[in-house]
Amino acid sequence: MSDVLLEAKNITMQFGGLKAVDSLAFQVKQGQLAGLIGPNGAGKTTVFNMLTGVYQPTSGAVFLEGQSLQGLKPYEISHRGVTRTFQNIRLFKGLTVLDNVLIAGHQHMRYGLFAALLQTPHFLQSEKDLHDKAMELLKIFHLDTKAHEPSCSLPYGEQRKLEIVRALATDPKIILLDEPAAGMNHSETHHLMETIAKIRDQFKLTVLLIEHDMKLVMGICENIIVLDHGIKIEEGTPQKVQGSQKVIEAYLGVEEGL
Amino acid sequence: MKFLKAPLLAIIALAALGLIFNFGLNAYFQLILLFAAVNCLMSMSLNLVNGYTGQFSLGHAGFMALGAYFSAYANTHWDLLPESVQAVEYFIYALGGGLLAAFAGLLVGLPSLRLKGDYLAIVTLGFGEIIRVALLNMDFLGGPRGYSGIPGFGSFLFSFIFASVWLVICFFTIWRVMHSTYGRGFLSVREDEIAAEAMGINTTSMKVRAFVLSSFFAGVAGSLFAHFTNFINPSSFTFLQSVNAVIMVVLGGMGSMTGSIVAAIFITVLPEALRPLQDLTGVDLRMVIYSLSLILVMILRPQGLFGDLELSDMWRKYVRRSS
Repeated sequence: MSDVLLEAKNITMQFGGLKAVDSLAFQVKQGQLAGLIGPNGAGKTTVFNMLTGVYQPTSGAVFLEGQSLQGLKPYEISHRGVTRTFQNIRLFKGLTVLDNVLIAGHQHMRYGLFAALLQTPHFLQSEKDLHDKAMELLKIFHLDTKAHEPSCSLPYGEQRKLEIVRALATDPKIILLDEPAAGMNHSETHHLMETIAKIRDQFKLTVLLIEHDMKLVMGICENIIVLDHGIKIEEGTPQKVQGSQKVIEAYLGVEEGL
Repeated sequence: MKFLKAPLLAIIALAALGLIFNFGLNAYFQLILLFAAVNCLMSMSLNLVNGYTGQFSLGHAGFMALGAYFSAYANTHWDLLPESVQAVEYFIYALGGGLLAAFAGLLVGLPSLRLKGDYLAIVTLGFGEIIRVALLNMDFLGGPRGYSGIPGFGSFLFSFIFASVWLVICFFTIWRVMHSTYGRGFLSVREDEIAAEAMGINTTSMKVRAFVLSSFFAGVAGSLFAHFTNFINPSSFTFLQSVNAVIMVVLGGMGSMTGSIVAAIFITVLPEALRPLQDLTGVDLRMVIYSLSLILVMILRPQGLFGDLELSDMWRKYVRRSS
């Protein structure tokens, strides 16, 4: 199984007496488009927070390409190639669209403070390259015309898109999308589906997404992990998950008295 | 040597201005101008922490004191260079004072910048007081009597040029840092720490960098202050002095360098400019008007005089609107 990119080995997250996630194990393969679904409060975002180092798992560990991410800070995990977007948009609101993307490129900048002070050719070249790359990314997502506008002035859908662009600018191996379609209407969601498929193919990325919009999840995900009360209740292809009795019960409840 | 062009031009322009002031103003106004320069250094450097990085430091006077006492001690005890190149010696001591303050900034910053928000304010406030009380009890530095007989430049023009050199160094250093990936890192810390971490920014290291750089220039400001007044004592570096620096940053607009400069000049000059009023009315209304004007600015422009814009941004906006 050399093509496993991200692996969670029995990760558990305990907040006091509450087990938000209980020894969850799953694998995401290289180039896969995987989905993590489950009813509200199932612990999906907690899983993301463990994968990105915001929380340290109470027990168990996360592996990226076979290497443990245990004890690493979020920025170190980002340097390893795991990036994410947030459920409640967390853009750098006061900064321009372009700055948001440039900041994500920080980890690839190789000049020191003094190079910036002395305006060395290396500094100027790195800045120019970063700038060009950011504009290119923005162009792919049709945000280049708004590059110099404050990011908080973008409409909601574009803010979500900018979060994805920003995440891509870190040059990740895997991108975790936390409810990318939340608050979007039908056509926006449809557009987003195409975008996600596009970034996977174009950037040769692996994608793991949390989503409530079943149409989106069933439409594009190849492997789906279903979580309920912190426990994995089902995993498999969309067809398998859709037909699973356990999943239906988790979402709709158990029929009684029949 | 292209990177020196703009700073050199700025120094020459300031020196020319100094020459005008040298003949156009009396000694009293000249001293106020020198204090304004010191305050500019203080506000520009504090803006780096409080404005750009979004932290709250309340101990800037402590770093200033370190620089001031270092310079005072070095100038009276050491003799590095011959008399003819005294300015260079002063420059080295200012650098030394800055480095000492920066080192202190590192010591204070490393443990405390892991904390968030108000905690940092408390820690830095405590640090400032520790420095002041320590100085009060150091007899070889004069203790409460203060440190007198610090050599200065003797002439306003040289003092002003010396201050200009440091102002320009400070301005261009911070400006260029802010237009590099480190500056964007500082801003990202202010905007959203969690998102910054997720994007690969080591937020603690960013905060420490900003804090150390800021402390450095506060130390330099202290060194200049010591040269200009020839006498310092611990009560020059009280909590009030730190608050004064915060007021300048807030008044100028958090995150605006030019705003900090304008506010520093404004805050230094205003109380002095109001002096004639006292002769006219017979009552000392200076502090009343001073505080009223601060309140007014905060009501009318809560984001500060310049917000987070620079003079150059405002000029660009004005040009765009009028065309």
